[in-house]
Amino acid sequence: MGIILIGERINGSFKDVGRAIQEHDKTVIKDRVAKQEAGGADYLDVNMGAASRKLEDYAWLVQAVAESTALPLSLDCPRADMFRVGLKAYRDTVGERSVILNSTTAEDSKLIPLLELAKEFNASIMGVVMDERGSPQDVDRRLELGGKIFAAAVEAGLAPADIFLDPIVMPVKFMQDQPKNVLNAIQQMTMLSDPPCHISIGLSNVSSKTEERKLINRTFMVMALAVGLDTAILDVCDEELRQSVATAELLLGMEIYSDAFLKAYRQRAGSGTAAAAA
Amino acid sequence: MVPDAKKTWGGRVNSVTIGATQATGGTRAFTVTIGGSATLPFLDFEGPCGMPAVAMEICDIYPQEWPNLLKEPFGDALGDPVRWARKCLEFGADLICLRLDGCHPEHGNRSPAEAAQTVKAVLQGIPAPLIIWGTGNADKDNEVFPAVAEAAAGENCLIGSITEDNYKTLVAVCTAYKHKIIAESPCDVNIAKQVNILAQDMGFPVENIVIYPTCAALGYGLEYIYSVMERARLAGLKGDRTLAQPILCDIGIEAWGVKEARVSEEEIPDWGSQRQRAPLWEASTAVAYLLAGCDLFILRHPEAVCSIKKTIAELTGALAGAAAA
Repeated sequence: MGIILIGERINGSFKDVGRAIQEHDKTVIKDRVAKQEAGGADYLDVNMGAASRKLEDYAWLVQAVAESTALPLSLDCPRADMFRVGLKAYRDTVGERSVILNSTTAEDSKLIPLLELAKEFNASIMGVVMDERGSPQDVDRRLELGGKIFAAAVEAGLAPADIFLDPIVMPVKFMQDQPKNVLNAIQQMTMLSDPPCHISIGLSNVSSKTEERKLINRTFMVMALAVGLDTAILDVCDEELRQSVATAELLLGMEIYSDAFLKAYRQRAGSGTAAAAA
Repeated sequence: MVPDAKKTWGGRVNSVTIGATQATGGTRAFTVTIGGSATLPFLDFEGPCGMPAVAMEICDIYPQEWPNLLKEPFGDALGDPVRWARKCLEFGADLICLRLDGCHPEHGNRSPAEAAQTVKAVLQGIPAPLIIWGTGNADKDNEVFPAVAEAAAGENCLIGSITEDNYKTLVAVCTAYKHKIIAESPCDVNIAKQVNILAQDMGFPVENIVIYPTCAALGYGLEYIYSVMERARLAGLKGDRTLAQPILCDIGIEAWGVKEARVSEEEIPDWGSQRQRAPLWEASTAVAYLLAGCDLFILRHPEAVCSIKKTIAELTGALAGAAAA
């Protein structure tokens, strides 16, 4: 129930996290984990960024995150061998817990090995609608590639609930016609199957290099939720963004109304940690 | 191939235990646990279904308002809450509900100390867990609850009720003396959720709450309550923690207040025997709520208790199991 929020903050591209990865400093990681738990994250994305390319660093990072939270992870890697190392570290640390492999494109050379990994480790996948020709600009191509990934995943034995499709958000500053195309694609992707798969975006891309990042992020988030988005990788510590998501859940009838719905949303945010402690 | 139509839910109704044995700091001989369902009532092929419990109601004063035929089964025990409670247990009640009606400013205005004394006496006199209802008068309840909660300290009672406008005192004393709480809302799922959020905001775990969406007798708006209960339950099963509480229905007070239970055959001959009709009205009301997802019944007439327990046993297969054994 509710929107699935994937916290974006464990990413080596952030200076503090990058340094923590290089120095194997768990305190910084634990702090980022705790803040995103308090922010109501449902998953934590784990991405090394440019901080390191070493497999053992990724295994260290996954273990450091997994052992400090009860939340499931989204393993965000550029390569299949890194996914395997991350998955092994994850399973060794937490046993059976949900996990998303983030991500594959529609190219067979990436898609097929990742689906095999997903089956082997009982994982979900994030499929990004691009292929060897690059990122699509129009709606139809997004749907075509989304459909290909979905069909291949189902063929491989994944349930729709284990499939996340990402229609690729592009910066409004440089490609102003793209946000609208993404919204159209989301709306049509909801009709791919019944029960539906998840549809996810990397929200912060939309506001890249703009001066009003938070405003653009939360406005686009609400627009996307209205057409059927149910998952996003975003900054869960952005209070106004979270309040907009909570309000959208209410207006879309996903949550039963109560006068104190913002209070309830904040209580819910802490509950993952509370459940883990209990 | 026939598709598998089984539904799995992301959430589950909380299990709430009422009463504490010696092992858990109380003096009850046994405890009663309600809730725990992982699906809609009695669809046990989909997941575990909680076993509903039945409480019988007693009062801290003689129940002047009760019709004679409701008084009959209890005889002169009605003047003494302890003997009355024991009688209820003989009739098959799983636990006892003590209504502090005598503390109401208009029904005797007994003091908090007197209420505490009654609570102590009942707890000493019976082995079963106890539900305690206040007077319904917010100001008086806020005087009575602290004394009563303290008198029952350690016994893990279920005490009610808190409302949207009056919750702080009872939440505080139930936190201090470790009791469970009944959260009341007037036939409104939004307020049901709101009251739970308010209690939780004071640090009270929503897992220790039983919700009471108010109640109506058969023929008096039962279907509105039924819908509210269904909506709350569906939200809880979908994962809304603020609506994942077991549900209580206070049925006796409603069913015995309507004319179908109170009017004699002499007054309306077409309605037939009041002796049969009145307990049946209470039992029929209870069965409707049973199907909506009620986890805890508060009833008055022993025949209604017997009837609803039989229905529960039939629907859960307990009766078939017992017959086979």
